[in-house]
Amino acid sequence: MTVHPDIPRETVTGILARSFRNGAFVAGFVITILVLATAIVSYFWTPYDVTRLVISDKIQAPSAAHWFGTDHFGRDILSMIMVGARNSIAVALIAVGIGMGIGVPLGAFAAARGGLVDEVLMRINDLVFAFPALLSAIMITAIFGPGAVNAIIAIGIFNIPVFARVARAGALAIWPREFILAARAAGKTSTQITVEHVLPNIATLLLVQGTIQFALAILAEAGLSYLGLGAQPPLPSWGRMLFDAQTRMVVAPWMAIFPGMAIVISVLGLNLLGDGIADILDPKSRRRR
Amino acid sequence: MSAYVAKRLATAIATLVLASMVVFAVLEILPGDPARLMLGMNASADQLQLLRDQMGLNAPLPWRYLHWAGGLLSLDFGRSYTYSVPVIDLVRERLAVSLPLALIALALSTVIAIPVGLFSAGRRGRAGDTLAMGTAQLGVAIPNFWFALMLIYVFAVWLRLVPAGGFPGWSAGAWQALRSLLLPALALALPQAAILARVTRSALIEVLNEDYIRTARAKGLPYRAVLWRHALRNAMIPVLTILGLQFAFLLAGTIIIENVFYLPGLGRLVFQAITQRDLIVVESVVMLLVAAVIAVNLIVDLSYAIIDPRLRNRQ
Repeated sequence: MTVHPDIPRETVTGILARSFRNGAFVAGFVITILVLATAIVSYFWTPYDVTRLVISDKIQAPSAAHWFGTDHFGRDILSMIMVGARNSIAVALIAVGIGMGIGVPLGAFAAARGGLVDEVLMRINDLVFAFPALLSAIMITAIFGPGAVNAIIAIGIFNIPVFARVARAGALAIWPREFILAARAAGKTSTQITVEHVLPNIATLLLVQGTIQFALAILAEAGLSYLGLGAQPPLPSWGRMLFDAQTRMVVAPWMAIFPGMAIVISVLGLNLLGDGIADILDPKSRRRR
Repeated sequence: MSAYVAKRLATAIATLVLASMVVFAVLEILPGDPARLMLGMNASADQLQLLRDQMGLNAPLPWRYLHWAGGLLSLDFGRSYTYSVPVIDLVRERLAVSLPLALIALALSTVIAIPVGLFSAGRRGRAGDTLAMGTAQLGVAIPNFWFALMLIYVFAVWLRLVPAGGFPGWSAGAWQALRSLLLPALALALPQAAILARVTRSALIEVLNEDYIRTARAKGLPYRAVLWRHALRNAMIPVLTILGLQFAFLLAGTIIIENVFYLPGLGRLVFQAITQRDLIVVESVVMLLVAAVIAVNLIVDLSYAIIDPRLRNRQ
């Protein structure tokens, strides 16, 4: 929970009560939990086995037996979407973890040190930003071989400068504050101050950015697997399903519609959640409303 | 002002030089011998050596970098291994598809987003605003290639208004060519427009709280005039920043979208070159895209000073 030393601290119940009055937060929270639950349930149960090919059932329109229809191998689309959710979430979560785990310490370090260290780190940041992320991700996965692990690395690398930038900007705003001066006077080192005072104060910022990057990572993973550079068959992935659907659009539009909706719903949920958290925990936006 | 311009220019050039070193180094450490790739597995050691000499592959690394970078500057990108034509010809040919595509997408995105942002900011918290921002929230979540598939289904398969893919070339007439760029541009533009509309709205709302807006209203200016003349101009900086960032997204987006629509553009060229290990094409196109991103961001930074006179006198 974020600490705002300048304003009276709110109780946890107060924040919770406000959270459930925030429409975006509630909608985002419910959708995100549903998507996560779908992925978890798929480990124990799916309507059909996604690795079994039943050619006699191929290209069937949605029905009571197959809610979302079947694909060109007779696989159940709903089951594939459920298992695909695992892949999307795992790739996105680890990629964002990499970005946060490396980017935040770098950004916080740059802000604490300033001077030459800061300048060098930020120039490297600019350099990474100059490469369109998707282009570099395609290069990385094409060079090191397609697959979920390389997709994670490719997406993760481009999350590093994003978190570094956010952490640095947030930390720079905290450093001139009085309670930091007090901590300094108490003889704390800059590392201690960063861990004990700066990071808790930029946690909201990082949380909000985290949900945004999570959503972007799901989109990036879908793009990579659409190009055949993400998770490899027989493992279902949403992007790959859309690739398979493309040439069969005329006869089987459901093959394209449902996996796409799965992506849209997951990304929408995360974005709403991020917006909601920002609204709830940001005292500035509270005053503005 | 001139100090500001000089500093930004120097940073941009430094970033470009560093980027070129990174691209060169990455492709240098890749496995695979271009000479071997061209001559095939049966080539003799002498033939290989001869071709490596001809291609300059035996020269020391720094010299090769300088030679390559110098070539880039004089627009001599070398020859493609797979197409056996100068890379510059390939690039020029593909740029004729990708540049109009990116520009149409950018124009569409701006034309959709700014009015929506103005509309929403003007009706903050009311039904129209909620509806517009809800739609924008949805637009941000839609992957452009899925949107592209849906557009193909509705407008090409179902209504048969436009072709589902392919490009007839500009020689087939501007109208025919533009028709086949319409859906790809729309697919690229929509998610960007959604982001831009949200940024425009929040930038405007921020500005509308300022004192000079109250002053303008108090002196009797109609709300619309205040919104367009005073608020929009002051809200332009965040909007321009996002536009600059979106340019990089648009460029990268063309890689996927051109694949969806089978357009012979730069994005498809670089994607195919990566999978075929045509490294000369990869490094040239990547450098070109990186240079474009850096140039656009430089232009955006410099235009801040034009929009906001206060920035001119700083530094």
